[in-house]
This record gives sequence, C-alpha cells and structure tokens, in this order.
Amino acid sequence: MQKQVLPLNRLPVGGKAKVNALMAKGSERRRMLDLGLVSGTEIEAVQKSPAGDPVAYLIRGAVIALRNEDAGKILVNAFI
Amino acid sequence: MAIEEAIALLQPAIEEKAQGKIDARWLALKALDDDASLRHSIDQFFGYDFFAQPEIAEKRAEAKKYLAREGLYGEKLRDAVVGQLVEHAAEIYQKCVHLGNAAYLQRDRKIDRILTSKKTGIPIMLLLLAGIFWLTITGANYPSALLSSFLFGLGDHLSAFLSFLGAPNWLHDVLIDGMYRTLVWVVAVMLPPMAIFFPLFTLLEDAGYLPRVAFNMDRLFRKANAHGKQALTTCMGFGCNACAIVGCRIIDSPRERLIAMLTNNFVPCNGRFPSLITISTLFFAGAAVGLWRSVISTAMLTGIILFGIVLTLLVAKFLSHTILKGVPSSFALELPPYRRPQIGKVIIRSIFDRTLFVLGRAVMVAAPAGILIWVLANTMLGEYSILHHITNFLDPFARLMGLDGVILVAFLLGFPANEIIIPIMIMTYLSGGTLMELESLTSLHTLLIDHGWNLVTAICFMLFCLVHFPCGTTCLTIRKESGSWKWTFFAFAIPTILGILLCMTVNGIASFFTFLC
Repeated sequence: MQKQVLPLNRLPVGGKAKVNALMAKGSERRRMLDLGLVSGTEIEAVQKSPAGDPVAYLIRGAVIALRNEDAGKILVNAFI
Repeated sequence: MAIEEAIALLQPAIEEKAQGKIDARWLALKALDDDASLRHSIDQFFGYDFFAQPEIAEKRAEAKKYLAREGLYGEKLRDAVVGQLVEHAAEIYQKCVHLGNAAYLQRDRKIDRILTSKKTGIPIMLLLLAGIFWLTITGANYPSALLSSFLFGLGDHLSAFLSFLGAPNWLHDVLIDGMYRTLVWVVAVMLPPMAIFFPLFTLLEDAGYLPRVAFNMDRLFRKANAHGKQALTTCMGFGCNACAIVGCRIIDSPRERLIAMLTNNFVPCNGRFPSLITISTLFFAGAAVGLWRSVISTAMLTGIILFGIVLTLLVAKFLSHTILKGVPSSFALELPPYRRPQIGKVIIRSIFDRTLFVLGRAVMVAAPAGILIWVLANTMLGEYSILHHITNFLDPFARLMGLDGVILVAFLLGFPANEIIIPIMIMTYLSGGTLMELESLTSLHTLLIDHGWNLVTAICFMLFCLVHFPCGTTCLTIRKESGSWKWTFFAFAIPTILGILLCMTVNGIASFFTFLC
C-alpha cells in the first residue's frame, strides 16, 4: 500500500481515499464543505455514469455524484 | 480552541444588542465569517447595520485580529468552522442513528451497477420509459371506451330529464350539446391514461429511480451547457410543466435555472399526453391488430418524447450561446438509497393529489369552453356561424402547417388547459354538421378522416402538441418564478415559433413528395 496525492477524478472506481485539500474557491468551496468534504473525510469512488462523467462517490454514508471537472478540484490521499 | 476564544470575546457585546432575538453564539460565529448575503439578511432582520454597531465592530475587529494571529483567516477560518460542525454532526449521528439493514449500501451498489452502467444504463432507461407508455396505452383503451359509452348514456337521461322539466330548447342544447359533451370527452380521454400513468411514474419516483436518470443524462445536459439537475425538472414536466417550473428552484445558478424553465415545455405534461396517445393510436396503429397495435403506438409515443428531449437539449445549447451565455456551474447530486415503494400510498397519492387535481382543473376549464364553443357555433353572423368565420380565417395559415383552422382554434382555446384541445376539436367538427352523434372513441377516427385528416395532419398535430406555447398556468408560473415578463415572453415565443416552423417543414416535405408521386 502506497500513499499518493491525486485529484479525486483520478481515483479509480472502488478506490478509497481521504480528503487532503479543496482547490475550489468561494461558493463552490462552500458547497463542497456542505457535503461534509472537510480534510480527513473518507471518500470512495463507487460508480461511473454511462458516459464516465459524472462519477458517484460515497461520502459519509451518502452517495453523491460529482462532475469530473468539480472532482478535479478536490485533492485526496489515495491508498493504492 | 482559538475559535471558541474568539466567540467568547465577541458574544457578550452581541448578546446585549440582539436582546435574545437571535442566538448570540450563532451571530458571533457569523460575524467572524464574511458572508455578504447572510450579513445582508441579518441587517434586514434588525433594520440596521447590525455588525457596524460600535460596540460590536470593536470586539469583532479584536476577535478577528486574534484569529489571524492563530493562523485562522479567510477560507482557513471557514474550513475550521465547517470542520467542527461536520465533526459534531457525525458524533450526533453515531449516537442516535441505527441502521436496520447495514448492508443496504452493498445492495444499492449492485442495483446501481445495473441501472447506471455503461452497457445497461441507457437501454434500461429507455425500456422503462417505453414500458410505462405501453402499459398506459394498452391499459387506457378499454376503460376509455367504457367511460365514454357510460357517460354518453347518462347524457341521454340528463337530456330527457331536462325536457321533462320543460327547459327551453336553447338551454337544453347549451347544457347538453355544449357543456356536458365537452366534459364527457375530457373525462373519457383524460382520466384513464392519467390514472395509469401517474401511479406508475410515482412508483419510479418513490423507488429512487429519478435521480439515477439525472445521473445517466448529466453528460448530455452538460454538453448543452445546462445543469445536471435539469434532467430531474424535465422528468417532473411529464407530470405538469407548471410544477416543474417551480421545481427548477433546485438549480442554484440563475442562468441554468432560466434555461431549465424556458425549455421545460418540450416534454409533454399530462394534459397533452392523452392527446398524443389518442392520435398516435388512431393514426399509426390503425391497420395493426392486437399486440402490434399497442407496440406501434408505444414506439411512436416514445419517439416523440425523445424528440422533445432532443429539442430541450438543442434549445438549451442555443440559449446558452445567445441570450443566456455562460459556463456550466458545479453540481452535486445525491443518489438516495433505493426504497421499496409504498404501493398503497403511491396509488392513493397519485390518484387524489395528481390525477383528480389535474382532471378537476381540466373540467373547470372545459365547462365554460364547451359553452363558449356552442355559442360561437350557434350564433350566426351573416350566412355562417361565428366559429365558422374564425376557423375559416385561420384556415389558410393552419394549412401551411399541415393542420386546419379548427385544430388551430382548439390549440388557442386550449391555452388555459391543454387537456381540452381534443374535446374542443371534436365539438367544433361536430357542430359543422357532418356527423351529429359521436358516441364512442372508435368513431373519432372516422370523424377526423371525414374532416380531411391524414398521416401528415396527425404528425403535425402531434408535433405542434409537443412544441407550442405553454399553458396559461405555466406562463403565470414562469412569470412568478423568473420575476420578469421578458422571460415569460421568451418561454411563450420560443416553442411557438419553433413549432410553427417544424410543422411547416414537415408539411412542406410531405407536399413535395405528394407532388412527385
């Protein structure tokens, strides 16, 4: 197992990670925080949509779909 | 920790000023966070610039300075505050939420892998849509026929009763031929499809499937520069466009919300649905028998719905490149756990809250419209009735669209509620005198053919039914939700112009081929 920092949209389905930092600003950042995406939060990529974007993530017991563009603004520590 | 210290510094001053009207601790926390819109609301609540009061401003500056020394400012401060809130919420959750079935996540992921995967997601979505249409079409046929023969039979008794009371002839004709017959058509055509479609659709909604539709469709909406949640409001439009316009509130970005509102009308609501079903069954499945009949009309209906969705996307794209320029905003969509739908509740809720509500609205409009049609058809102006003059006036233009004057009048009079378009058409044709009695659904086909309908008329009717001005209620709702007549005008004009152009194109192509043959 190796720790690696990467943007959330690069986390493969089935992969688990912990939030490292949010690169989004302003209201976008606020919305991410409202989802409970504070640093250290566990996150798992669970399902790709038919087009591959958006992807559904398991965040604190809720399944939330994020567009790749937005997920790319969330840095995570992945264990691969 | 540092934030607590800062709050302790600020809270007493705020407590004194707020006088218990708002929680002082919360206010203190918000004073440290620079949220302009919240600050504005607080000022409005108190009626003056609350945080600018000298006692508070002084303490606030002090507290902020202290926090900055601790390394907490701007986004770092906000992150720390939200972090604490989330942690606290998680603690409460641990203490009081107990999962009956801890394996629900695994189960849901299995279902999601089928309903939203690359291979099966979209085909299953289309099959479900077509399946619902098929059940509605096959299921509605028989009860429609039963209802119409029962209600027309009842009409004869009513008619006899009125004569028995000694009602004058004109009153009898207004009430029976005008009002009652229009009502019967509205009920017979509308009720059975709604009573089947609404519960089925509510079942899908209740099971948690609709957010998966949004998940599957998001990429397409994004390509149109629209919001992913528009897939949800589009689904709501199948029920009622006016309700869906209100539903557009779930979209945060004003630009994308307006796009969703202006394009919602391209999915047919339940008022237009039965018209589409009726015409597609009569004209496209006429020769087929048994199962094929319903399969063909289902395919036709599914096709026209998909065409409506394509139009939604194209117009959304067009709008986002012209009058509503901008880039798509971020979005997060929850895929809630699947639930076993509560079938009894769903049926009761969809019959009473939706079916009867929509039907009630249609009946309220249909009764006066029936009387109006009768009066117009029976008041002579020179040699012809007023109705005849109106339909004659509109006829040349309507012909260009592959329709006729009567159909166009029906659409115009259907502005208060689209449910009454077909009934008005029937009443108007009947008042022309070719066929005075029309007492079953099967004779409707004959009536339309007798008035010059053919396949092209049917296609143009269905097109214009899908693409024309929103009903009165929807227009008023758009006015209310957008707060401007300008956007209401666009919502009215865009589909109307588009519909006219589409019909003219189809009719033009058809005429060209007829000319060749």
